[in-house]
Amino acid sequence: MADHYYNAEDLGKFGNIGDYQKEMADKFFSYYGEVFKDGALTAKEKSLIALAVAHAVQCPYCIDAYSSDAYEKGFSEAQMMEAVHVASAIKGGAVLVHGVQMMNKVKEISM
Amino acid sequence: MIKSLKVLQNPLANSSYQLDILEHSPTHKHASFKDKVAATGMFPLLASGVDIFQVNMGKMCNQVCKHCHVDAGPDRKEIMTRDTMQLCLNVLANSPIKIVDLTGGAPELNPDFRWFVEQIKALGKHIIVRCNLTIILANKRFNDLPEFFKLHQIEVVSSLPSFTQDRTDKQRGDGVFEDSIKALQMLNAVGYGMQDTGLTLNLVYNPAGAFLPPSQDALEKEYKFELMKKYNISFNSLFAITNMPISRYLDYLLTTGNYDKYMDKLIAAFNPAAVANVMCRNTISVGWDGYLYDCDFNQMLDLKVTPVTSQHLSDFDLSLLQNREIILKQHCYGCTAGAGSSCGGAVAE
Repeated sequence: MADHYYNAEDLGKFGNIGDYQKEMADKFFSYYGEVFKDGALTAKEKSLIALAVAHAVQCPYCIDAYSSDAYEKGFSEAQMMEAVHVASAIKGGAVLVHGVQMMNKVKEISM
Repeated sequence: MIKSLKVLQNPLANSSYQLDILEHSPTHKHASFKDKVAATGMFPLLASGVDIFQVNMGKMCNQVCKHCHVDAGPDRKEIMTRDTMQLCLNVLANSPIKIVDLTGGAPELNPDFRWFVEQIKALGKHIIVRCNLTIILANKRFNDLPEFFKLHQIEVVSSLPSFTQDRTDKQRGDGVFEDSIKALQMLNAVGYGMQDTGLTLNLVYNPAGAFLPPSQDALEKEYKFELMKKYNISFNSLFAITNMPISRYLDYLLTTGNYDKYMDKLIAAFNPAAVANVMCRNTISVGWDGYLYDCDFNQMLDLKVTPVTSQHLSDFDLSLLQNREIILKQHCYGCTAGAGSSCGGAVAE
């Protein structure tokens, strides 16, 4: 066991999760592969969505993988940063919109 | 403008030094390419014929691209003489080879370029010119190249690593994108890349960084849409080419700490299906001095063809060359990664 939680080399070992439960891993990777193929959205568009989601869920492995993938697929630095801002706006908005709940509660109990 | 590795006296200008790095990575052990090919049952890899005669007309170029496997530039003086061209013509006149692929450097900078094209055409061969586009605008005397290409029904293949200025100029130098767009418009104006003209204009994408090309088909669609929308430019096909880890690109990989990761990427993406279709199997590559190689990359690493009695144009023996054993080294991973890579783009699904 490493003395830290995240290790860049572990990204390359993702496929090894099948060592402990092959059937589910196979199904997951098959599904994963299918999701990222060209469909109603292009594989390129999906890559940028994945980049934004990677930041929203703050997964360093996903950020590593999809920063490379999105750049390789031709997105510019500015486009990629705007995608991160979209994730940031949604996450920030998700926090702030709960302020309404706070206000509701305060109004309920205040005189 | 940056200088060539040779003029800078960079040790990477020495092909033996490059091969030493490739075969014995200083930091990391990479699986042997020969072993990978052997596992597919295709070792030794043999030529399937000689369909394409690729001639490197010299290392002189008006550009200094960061990824250039030739280490070409304005400071390179190696250039094919008319005598050596005549040896090429002798070989072509006495062989069934139908396609002649002219490359460099910028082949148009060779003072005998036009003479050579006319002589090859007189032999009834199809000619491909790897034109870097900016040469058309580099000097007034090159402005008529589109008409010259058209006159000889030459197939033009030109590098444009992105449909954006930023990425193109990062790789090929400041101002290259703008001049490339102007040159493409000039080629379109005489009919290149336009429907029903029979004048073929193909573009080449190669990554501006330490990564592999994305899907060639998807990229071609995007290039066609963007170049038409923004610049009213048409072309026929896009070839996605992987950067080979040699020469100036190897220098980039080493100095940015990307070498091992890039080799790992190439190896992880090894596609056995690409092996059968690598370009060295049906190509012979001719150096500016008349020596023969399996491909332009082996040429830059000074790896001459295996038949020792047919290593120069003056000893050209098609019967020996058409089923020769190809020399394989670690850089060959570049041609078998993902969808594979060749001077004509991807080679496998």
